[in-house]
Amino acid sequence: MNLIKILKNTILVVLAGLVLTACASTKKVSTGQLQGDVYTGTDTVEYLASGVPDRVFFATNETVLTTASRETLRKQATYLRKNSSMNVVLEGHADERGTREYNLALGERRANSAKDYLMTYGISANRISVISYGKERPVDSGSNPLSWSKNRRSVTVKAN
Amino acid sequence: MIFLRSLFIVIIFQFKAFALIEVDITRGNLSPLPIAVSPLAMDNETLSKFEKIFKKKNIGAEISKIVEDNLKHSGLFNPLKKDAFLQKPDIAHLKPRFEDWQLIKSQALVTGKVELVDGKLRVEFRLWDILAGKEMLALAFTTVPTNWRRIGHIIADKVYQRLTGEKGYFDTRIIYVAEEGPKTQRIKKLAIMDQDGFNLKYLTLGNELVLTPRFSPTNQMVTYLSYFKNLPRVYLLDIETGIQEVVGDFAGMTFAPRFSPDGKKIIMSFAKDGNSDIYTMDLESRIVERITNHPSIDTSPSFSPDGKYITFNSDRSRYQQIYVMKSDGSNVKRISFGKGLYGTPVWSPRGDLIAFTKLHKGKFYIGVMRVDGTGERLLTENFYQEAPSWSPNGRVLIFYRETKTNAKGEGFSANLWSIDLTGYNERQVLTKTDASDPSWSSLLGN
Repeated sequence: MNLIKILKNTILVVLAGLVLTACASTKKVSTGQLQGDVYTGTDTVEYLASGVPDRVFFATNETVLTTASRETLRKQATYLRKNSSMNVVLEGHADERGTREYNLALGERRANSAKDYLMTYGISANRISVISYGKERPVDSGSNPLSWSKNRRSVTVKAN
Repeated sequence: MIFLRSLFIVIIFQFKAFALIEVDITRGNLSPLPIAVSPLAMDNETLSKFEKIFKKKNIGAEISKIVEDNLKHSGLFNPLKKDAFLQKPDIAHLKPRFEDWQLIKSQALVTGKVELVDGKLRVEFRLWDILAGKEMLALAFTTVPTNWRRIGHIIADKVYQRLTGEKGYFDTRIIYVAEEGPKTQRIKKLAIMDQDGFNLKYLTLGNELVLTPRFSPTNQMVTYLSYFKNLPRVYLLDIETGIQEVVGDFAGMTFAPRFSPDGKKIIMSFAKDGNSDIYTMDLESRIVERITNHPSIDTSPSFSPDGKYITFNSDRSRYQQIYVMKSDGSNVKRISFGKGLYGTPVWSPRGDLIAFTKLHKGKFYIGVMRVDGTGERLLTENFYQEAPSWSPNGRVLIFYRETKTNAKGEGFSANLWSIDLTGYNERQVLTKTDASDPSWSSLLGN
């Protein structure tokens, strides 16, 4: 009796595990260029210098930096430390799926997430200025999740 | 219709002295009131004089066309075709033969007369109740001839007011952002036009990005966001003089401006270090007051018409929702609790409702709710639309819509639309170029 019970439970646990992995994999499915809904491709990316991407991407309505974004910003910080007379503007952007005014605030918050991270890697605040364009300057004019993911970004632009 | 008729008869017997025809504007009007707008009468001498001034054939007919179009677009009236009119304009204006107008099933009649007096345009008009065989309203206006379109709007406002019991919204203007160029590099200019699309003027050249213009209650000033010198700041523009200035001295982006109902303050957001809060600036004393102080995004503020409260949107509960607080920033209360995200709250000029944009499951809605958040009603659903602005009588909302692009990213457009509070009478407001961010003025004359 006991054995059967244990077996039954094990089967249930295994089944539950299967269901869970199935859920997880559908949620975080990677189409090659999206992880969750954060853009991971290189289509629109430009480079401050060889190996130093100029932008980081965000999830919908989010301003937190992903692991990949933090790596990109560390590269930018290293580059900026080497070029100590260079100033930058961080341009924060949102996708078109939000109200204009909220998106302006969101873009500002995204650019500041990037700024804060650069500062923790030794870049002085007075070398960094921030501007938000909200949804006004999309880089991709498509109306689909992939286009929107490319537009949710903070771009580091040389200012001098 | 039959039901309406019998209703009118009852009214006739009960309140002989009052308005005999009435239009109920609180519900979508499925049977708009049939009204005949007779061309305004002109004698031959006046006709030829005006032809010289305007290079227009018949100013009386043109004005009556404005009246007719306004009434028609309100959705509450059904202006009848003029070729069915039996009586000549000048005679009808003196004393309509009511049987003739009843014959074409008209319930109300507008007649009038245009004259040139000492170089000025003088327009007289009358509103008649056909069934009762009575004059309901008679007014005359004198103005400079170049104001002729406004006369049409004012007449329409008076007719609307007499028949619905509420002020009209035709003698008004819309300020908006005119858009051109590819989606990734839009060129945007401030544009102003009459509510019906005429007398379009551009107020900026398109050299810098401009967004979210809003009228002051006196209609003379506009506040908006400009990226002049790549510094996004709230500006103030005097439409008459063209003088513009930055509002306040903020070390960062200011945005989402609106006037207080008395026109003395501007309320807006100021973003610094990743945080947006709400501030006001008194335009006379220049005193800046911080209204919210919260690490979330607080934006899109709008005063109640009595100036005692402010509605705004904030993501302090993680996602964008609508809040109401006292005008000093105290007593913050969330009012939106439906599914989805809520933004751009705007307080109705009547004080009883807040219009908003809602985003739910990939669709955008324009809706209204009571100021305590109850009674949410969604008026229209689309791929993308936002930023409602109220007509001065609080009966109509104007907003903008953007289209979905195709797989190649082509086919983008932005346009103005309006819809009645009832959810009926949705119409595109035609503009010369693409358009967004509309703001409705107060009534110009009254």
